[in-house]
Amino acid sequence: MNDEVIRIEGLKKHFAMGSGWFTALNGIDLSFRRGEFAGLIGPSGSGKTTLLNIIGTLDVPSEGKAIILGESVGNLSAGASASIRKSQLGFIFQSYNLFQVYTVFENVEFPLLLQKIDASKRKKMVLDALEWVGLTDKMKSKPAQLSGGESQRVAIARSMVKRPAIVLADEPTANLDAANSHNILQTMEKLNRELQTTFIFATHDDKVIGYVRRKIFLFDGKVAKDERIEQN
Amino acid sequence: MLAFKLALRNILGAGLRTWLNVIVLSFSFIIIIWLKGLLEGWDRQARNDMIKWEIGGGQYWHAAYDPFDPFTLSDSHGTIPDVLNDSVNNGSIVPVLLSQGTIYPNGRMQSVLIKGISPEQEVLALPSSKLKSDGVDIPAIIGRSMAESTQLKEGEYVTVRWRDKNGTFDATEIKISAIFETNVPTVDVGQVWLPIDIVREMMLLPGEATLLITDREGWQSADTDEWVFKDQETLLSDIETIIKAKSFVGIIIWAILLMMAMLAVFDTQVLSIFRRQKEIGTYVALGMTRGQVVKLFTIEGAMHSVLAALVAAVYGIPLLALQAIRGISIPVESKDFGIAMAAKLYPVYSLALISGTIIIVLLVTTIVSYWPSRKIARLNPTEALRGRIQ
Repeated sequence: MNDEVIRIEGLKKHFAMGSGWFTALNGIDLSFRRGEFAGLIGPSGSGKTTLLNIIGTLDVPSEGKAIILGESVGNLSAGASASIRKSQLGFIFQSYNLFQVYTVFENVEFPLLLQKIDASKRKKMVLDALEWVGLTDKMKSKPAQLSGGESQRVAIARSMVKRPAIVLADEPTANLDAANSHNILQTMEKLNRELQTTFIFATHDDKVIGYVRRKIFLFDGKVAKDERIEQN
Repeated sequence: MLAFKLALRNILGAGLRTWLNVIVLSFSFIIIIWLKGLLEGWDRQARNDMIKWEIGGGQYWHAAYDPFDPFTLSDSHGTIPDVLNDSVNNGSIVPVLLSQGTIYPNGRMQSVLIKGISPEQEVLALPSSKLKSDGVDIPAIIGRSMAESTQLKEGEYVTVRWRDKNGTFDATEIKISAIFETNVPTVDVGQVWLPIDIVREMMLLPGEATLLITDREGWQSADTDEWVFKDQETLLSDIETIIKAKSFVGIIIWAILLMMAMLAVFDTQVLSIFRRQKEIGTYVALGMTRGQVVKLFTIEGAMHSVLAALVAAVYGIPLLALQAIRGISIPVESKDFGIAMAAKLYPVYSLALISGTIIIVLLVTTIVSYWPSRKIARLNPTEALRGRIQ
């Protein structure tokens, strides 16, 4: 079990809604190993984004445990959870969330700036990351000058540049056409295999589901099915 | 350091929005400094002129003398104390004898203050050498304002009437030997300067004086029962009060400008936090604490002032320097202010004024940047990431 990066036990999450409570997650038990390429699959409101947010230490459980890289999310201070996100977690968002005033290079460089990595090493790491996603020639462009597919590839480079243990991708293909979706999924799969980074997707996109090697179906805040695809 | 780097990157990246704010702020910088420099220049010029033309290094007043009560003039004179005689003889103290009188310019009657002063004196800037008598006429000098109000011209004669120490009226003709230009109305308006020896003869007060004006600051006071020393600061206190009162309007304008500048920053900050929620969420997701994001936004706001100071320096230094050298013309009506005011005012921009203004604006900008940024600390990052307005 040394490869285990995420362990979730009896996880519940409630949100205040009007005078009552809405249960987004209702007793989740899951475990993820290093290098997994997994998808949290389910319709809107099934709890996949909430689960992703808790794994990403952006939210805390109401009940149960979520242990990320050996740290219990519910017990982390703001500084400690920020530190995990800074060094060990990468995020990819549906609408890319790139900084519009930065160039591609600066966007990808950002996580390394937070880690105070020195300039020469930083530059090399950024160029490596841009090469992974095939955007070296666009490094001086601003996000507004990029297509959706290119923007998402920048977001992938930004999430991967610090070589995180886990990358969390929330509907990464929702705004992309089929060709671009396949392109970025192939990129992520390649990085997953080469760097042994754990990828967890929250999705209901069939294209993504076709790529993941573990499918976790969520329904009404519970795990309805958890199936692993045998690798060829 | 990282926060500064990111803040600079963010505000420069914001382009036109940043530069509009920076330009508005830089105007505020320049106008605040200009306004304060003008008041400072006026203050300094008024003080200098008062010292040069009227106050000298300080004055001994006869104990009965009250400048605000003309009835005291008939009694406020005395012989010069022995301890000051040497200073009077070597010219470092100049005695002035005051008396009330009346002149009759062009058939009109006008009350005047007759002031006797030595033609040889060099303590005050008055052209007293023009009071040297040719043995025929009694020379008198008056200021430009007095000449205009009485319509007297150089070389003209006018009758002057006075009462001597016994209360006896007498009159004679005096000749306007010179009309002098001064910014100090208190040596000009309603005054006629005559040689002190002649005034003493007129008043039957040989060797006496009302005021003894010293030539330098820091004169050692030697109060006697009859003479009281008034130092420069005491004598300038009235003008200081007037300038302070006039400065009040300046302070209001200064406050309005400062508020305008602050509003620009505050507005930008509020709008930023409203519009940049997704960006704030992304910062948190990428590993910044909410405190760091608050700091980043605060620095961004404050950095507008830094950029504004730099922009203001580019066009402001030559502009303000030019004004400091060439001065600012003041309209004639400004004489109504009643205090020393030159036709041209030369603003004074001290290092303290400039650095003080920059520090105040920076400080206030930082506060108004921080104020709305605190909201970030309360944002839910998962909601912010989706760009939902909270």
